[in-house]
Amino acid sequence: MTTLHTVAATGALKLSWLLLVFPLFAAVVLLTGGRRTDRWGHLLGVAMPVAAFVYGVIAFFSLLGDSQRSQDVHLYSWIPVAGFQVNMNLLVDQLSICFVLLITGVGSLIIIYSVGYMSHDTDRRRFFGYMNLFLAAMLLLVLGDNYLVLYVGWEGVGLASYLLIGFWYQRPSAAVAAKKAFIVNRVGDAGLSLAIMLMFAEFGTVSFSGVFGSVKSGGSGVATALGLLLLLGACGKSAQVPLQSWLLDAMEGPTPVSALIHAATMVTAGVYLLVRSNPILAITPDARLAVALVGTVTLLFGGIIACAKDDIKKSLAGSTMSQIGYMTLGAGLGPEGYVFAIALLLAHGFFKAGLFLGAGSVIHAMDDEQDMRRYGGLSSFLPITYVTFGLAYLAIIGIPPFSGFFTKDPIIEGDFTEHGAGGWILGILALIGAGITAFYMTRMMLMTWQGKRRWAAEAHPHESPPVMTWPMIVLAIGSVGAGAFLIINDRLQDFLAPVVGVPPVEHGFFTPAGIVALVLALAGVALAWLMYGRVPVPSEAPRGSPLTVAARKDLYGDAFNESVLERPGQWLTRLSVYFDNRGVDGLVNSLAALVGGTSGRWRKLQTGFVRSYALSMFAGAAVLVALLLVVRL
Amino acid sequence: MSPVHYVALSVILFVIGGVGVLVRRNAIVVFMCIELMLNACNLAFVAFARVHGNLDGQVIAFFVMVVAAAEVVVGLAILMAIFRARRSASVDDANLLKY
Repeated sequence: MTTLHTVAATGALKLSWLLLVFPLFAAVVLLTGGRRTDRWGHLLGVAMPVAAFVYGVIAFFSLLGDSQRSQDVHLYSWIPVAGFQVNMNLLVDQLSICFVLLITGVGSLIIIYSVGYMSHDTDRRRFFGYMNLFLAAMLLLVLGDNYLVLYVGWEGVGLASYLLIGFWYQRPSAAVAAKKAFIVNRVGDAGLSLAIMLMFAEFGTVSFSGVFGSVKSGGSGVATALGLLLLLGACGKSAQVPLQSWLLDAMEGPTPVSALIHAATMVTAGVYLLVRSNPILAITPDARLAVALVGTVTLLFGGIIACAKDDIKKSLAGSTMSQIGYMTLGAGLGPEGYVFAIALLLAHGFFKAGLFLGAGSVIHAMDDEQDMRRYGGLSSFLPITYVTFGLAYLAIIGIPPFSGFFTKDPIIEGDFTEHGAGGWILGILALIGAGITAFYMTRMMLMTWQGKRRWAAEAHPHESPPVMTWPMIVLAIGSVGAGAFLIINDRLQDFLAPVVGVPPVEHGFFTPAGIVALVLALAGVALAWLMYGRVPVPSEAPRGSPLTVAARKDLYGDAFNESVLERPGQWLTRLSVYFDNRGVDGLVNSLAALVGGTSGRWRKLQTGFVRSYALSMFAGAAVLVALLLVVRL
Repeated sequence: MSPVHYVALSVILFVIGGVGVLVRRNAIVVFMCIELMLNACNLAFVAFARVHGNLDGQVIAFFVMVVAAAEVVVGLAILMAIFRARRSASVDDANLLKY
């Protein structure tokens, strides 16, 4: 449990706004420059993220050298209302600088890779514009020093994600996937905005330091509500159950987008939100338990889906859900898990980006074929991709000494010490998840790289150009070393301690839980080899068990949404339309019909015969005279 | 002669005029019947003026005659226009202004 103490920025950190300006500048130039920027646009699109990364490294080292490592950069006063001040401030501290390095570093690598991957696309300029827009928004998200600025970045990355999923908007499936991602995210965003409103109503401030300072006095009820609302926001952005359905469809976007946004950075924003809000979670065990439960359910959910998908990107997307489930689980463990959630997040940024870029390289080589049943035996044709993919594979399944081993095992182990007896259940499920991870990743390796060639007749795979292989090599090095670098000697733990606190229990490396996880992972590998390595893989998918069929259909996530949410919504709409037509309109219409019908009948009196009018006049006069007489008498 | 006879004659003339307006189709005849009714009224006014011994009824009779003359001018002009348009002076043929 920590509270934020910030000081005004000094030295190089004063210029932190440069981090936002670099990619934003590229985005503005590329999106408004038109065809003139076609020739050099992608170079600008690469240069600006690299510049941001260079600045990020400078900021990191100046932060390391500074005794006061939580620095506030005041840009301008955004909403100055009496009693309510929102400043456009950037917070450069240990946590945000970790994200800055991840976003700009991995982002730069992926954007360099995109130069090769998108070289044949006529809309390459737009692609680089959107990517830079994404980077600017994501940096704003992690750098904001209050929830409102964070929210701006949060919505900004949602927009960029929408634009990039629908980048090939000519395909109906991509356009639909983009809309789906946007709409599902809206549910999560509602949670976050409600959380911000609740903060304002309860504490009168939305800044991190203000909220964290007064959350204790607000009582645990408010804290629990805040925790659950923030969890809802995190579920939307990070594709956690029950808002997971958009991520698998989001694979319609170009592969570098899947690597950057839907694997390495944007989908981890939910984890950032939860870890950043750790003082809120600290006083509400209920919300923490909910976070841990969501994480556990998702890590199994995503893993099972990943086991059944034949589309290499969708299988990786399931894996992403599963890994973020681990991070969310880590965030739900409290101080026990925050630092490992972040460590896994950083390591995952490397190995999952590496896996996606490798998948992109394969897809590129196989003429946009994504079905792993059409791959097989590719290892000798794409040797560099094979090796980098393999290293990332070893990292994700948690083989020591690769990074997954160092970062995932502490989270699994933490389960057994936190949340009491329930923690044991969570821990056992997380262990099973480790086995599932090994199974689906081995399946992917075997189906793609080993076995017989099941290619289409006209396929002639080739290794990707250096502009694509170099980023993969760098990411592979990160996949190998990042975990060990961050965890050994508690480097990340000591670095982040002022923000997220220190884990109460010291973690060893080969703990019982870690050994069980390793055994289960090896069992998963063996099972996958028995099913996909020992026997040839059919190029048409077999029918499979009911579980496989369910997993192919995303475990009926879409069917659930449709039957539980969409259909009743439509019924409600139809009911209100019926009520409006028959009830409200019916009343008005029948009144009008009554008047119209009556006057239609009375109208018939107007015959046009002058003599009949005269008769009625005489009759009227006679009646009047008769009345006068009656009154007289 | 007692004024009652004049009033009785006036009533007879008025009823003849009224029935003529209602039953005749020829616009000229209807017109004449209206004049008959006006003159029946005039007769009644004059008779009552005699009964009450003042000139109010006689003055009104003059006004009625003036109005009747003006009415004849306008009415006959309308009749001419209708006859030119429809080749008929029947009031039943000029029945377009209806529901």
